Amino acid sequence: MRAFDYIEIRVPAKPQYVGVIRLTVSGLASRVGFSYDQIEDLKIAVSEAVTNVVQHAYDSYDDGEIVIGHALYDHKIEVMVSDYGNGFNFEEIKAQIGPYQEEENVEFLREGGLGLYLMETLMDEVRVNNNEGGVTVFMTKYVTREQVIDDVKTIIT
Amino acid sequence: MDINIQFREEGNLLLGLIEGEIDTFTAPILREELEKIELSNEISVELDLSKVSYMDSTGLGVFVAFYKRATKEDVNLKLVNLSTRLTRLFEITGLSELMDIERGGIGHASI
Repeated sequence: MRAFDYIEIRVPAKPQYVGVIRLTVSGLASRVGFSYDQIEDLKIAVSEAVTNVVQHAYDSYDDGEIVIGHALYDHKIEVMVSDYGNGFNFEEIKAQIGPYQEEENVEFLREGGLGLYLMETLMDEVRVNNNEGGVTVFMTKYVTREQVIDDVKTIIT
Repeated sequence: MDINIQFREEGNLLLGLIEGEIDTFTAPILREELEKIELSNEISVELDLSKVSYMDSTGLGVFVAFYKRATKEDVNLKLVNLSTRLTRLFEITGLSELMDIERGGIGHASI
């Protein structure tokens, strides 16, 4: 038997479906046993990845699709967000993003570019694959403390 | 999944109550509503985010754009009644150091 359950959904690359993906991720994450705060983190990270596709991958035509795959394990979830549009260079983008600095001049504040930073901050692992014709983002989040403490208790008793 | 913003004036203070989820679908609506506000250095603006149930980087981008315009027009802008989740989002992105934000009483809303 496989160590995980796999759920895949496919939606048009349109803004109105980002909220639908959030609901899906939220439901699946609660099956795995994530806390409220962790589920909220997951919702943001996955929305950022999907939003990225919606905003950038299909500039010129609107029949693009996004595939979101979820692998549900005992203590973790892996989410894969894949598009078949334009790729982006992870390292290059990563070099240009990050949190705002206190001394930044308000006039020149960026109004975007936080998506990837948030994904990395809110998930435990983020990997981006630039493959032929598209980009795939892999993200992993582990169930933390509360769950682990429960396990320890079980062992003690 | 909708967004709604209501304004009311109290003297020279303009209060805006934002309600709903702010993501890539709703952000353009919010952006447009905020752009409609006529700013002059005689007014202050307070945006109440207590009814914002979800927000991600697209929402932050809208507030950054509005903050830039407010600063340029010499207008005091304050975001108030932020949930614990929203406060965290402003903190991890470093925006809490730049913008005037105020946490709300009970952090029930999620981002």
